[in-house]
Amino acid sequence: MSGLQIFNAHPRLYWGQFGANTDHAALEMTAGDPAKGESLGMVRIGSHEIPTTGVLGVSKDSNGDLVERGFPAWATIPSYQDLATGRRWHFFFAWVLVFSSALYFLVSFATRHVQRDLLPTRTQWSFRSIGRDFWDHLRLRFPKGEAARQYNSLQKLAYLGVLFVLAPMILATGLTLSPGLDAGFPWLLNLFGGRQSARTLHFICATIVVLFIVIHLAMVVLAGPLNELRSMITGRYVLPPEKVK
Amino acid sequence: MTSRILTRRQMLLRGTTALGGLLVAGCDRLSNSPSFRGMLESAEGLSYRAQRLLVGHNALAREFKESDLSPVFRSNGTSDPDTPGYNALAADDFRQWRLKIDGLVARPQELSLDQLRARASRTQITRHDCVEGWSAIGKWTGVPLSALLTFAGLNASARYIVFYCADTLEMGADPYYESIDLIDAFHPQTILAYELNGTRLPVANGAPLRLRVERQLGYKHAKYIMRIQAVQDIDHIGGGKGGFWEDRGYEWYAGI
Repeated sequence: MSGLQIFNAHPRLYWGQFGANTDHAALEMTAGDPAKGESLGMVRIGSHEIPTTGVLGVSKDSNGDLVERGFPAWATIPSYQDLATGRRWHFFFAWVLVFSSALYFLVSFATRHVQRDLLPTRTQWSFRSIGRDFWDHLRLRFPKGEAARQYNSLQKLAYLGVLFVLAPMILATGLTLSPGLDAGFPWLLNLFGGRQSARTLHFICATIVVLFIVIHLAMVVLAGPLNELRSMITGRYVLPPEKVK
Repeated sequence: MTSRILTRRQMLLRGTTALGGLLVAGCDRLSNSPSFRGMLESAEGLSYRAQRLLVGHNALAREFKESDLSPVFRSNGTSDPDTPGYNALAADDFRQWRLKIDGLVARPQELSLDQLRARASRTQITRHDCVEGWSAIGKWTGVPLSALLTFAGLNASARYIVFYCADTLEMGADPYYESIDLIDAFHPQTILAYELNGTRLPVANGAPLRLRVERQLGYKHAKYIMRIQAVQDIDHIGGGKGGFWEDRGYEWYAGI
């Protein structure tokens, strides 16, 4: 959310080493001209314009007036436009994330949580297994019996993707945005094809993590939040009683 | 049956919206609480020390090729100081302009633009990163700051270099100013630039002289420099935070 505050200071994304107002933007949140038949608030991706008035590009401020801003007030920290404070939140919690995830990885490997619970088993590593899980998720059919005690293959892939692909990507692309670190580790610029590319990737990866969190929370709520929360913290999971038909 | 599901859905939606509203309001209150702000700001010291530890003091920012230059180098902040004093200097092609170097130096200086141009120069094609998020690549030519500080005889007690500018960004506020530590002041790419992309520095980009401190964000690169002062601490200058934007909540160390 502090990241969206920072994005709002320049709601355009580029690809390459540089990118500013006169350069071509891959994505842009902006206000159109209704007199020209354009939407008031819109997201422009390439040459496509998606009307998003009220949410992206143009949204209501705390007085209820429509103002031009990338993400709306309810999605940013602080809710009002204040880049300096947004950056303070962002970098403080970036450090919190670095320390807590370092601890998480250390403990998860040491207790073999990753190897035992997260790596898919041989039978789970198949298109059939993943496809079946995907279909079950769409129909909101949750595993029953002993299967519910373990992560299913789709769940494992999602966790591994977040932990070993998205989280490192967010960290590395974030570090590439620092002009100080670019001097010390110029290979970061080669890796991502430039600072502006890194900024775009940082935004995309963070967006996917937000989507993951939303879906994950929804799944927890739908699968029985109390039992799920207890199992996350203590590891004790009570098998829900099977419904008698 | 349908109506019951709808109401439940509506309730969930309303609950989420209310919860979100509370969260946003709570974060806004925290942002304005001095003790919480103090906690958030403690991250700056950590970032500064981590970068100084991990990045060599003379590690160079990437230098690019002519073909990498931004087609247009965006001007930001003040595009023209437009004060009577500055306009008079500009009308005369800055012939009467003098760069003052004073403070904790053995030999205070007053240097003309021609005197600066006569000194050994450095040209570098670097990327300029604005705190807002955009970047532009430009070619800069100027005098290394380290050479000027050595020339003026920097005192051993000096810890910061302060830059005083001709422009005022806010009505009624003091003129723009900035400060950097000696590590960045003596960095080989830290120059006082008088040329951009092979021509005289335009007024929009800080004529006659601007700072390039390549491992930090754009607001550190003071434009329209009038005076350079070597000091022991920055607590009593301006708002006490070391720069115009720093006094308004931004990080003094802008390598991040």
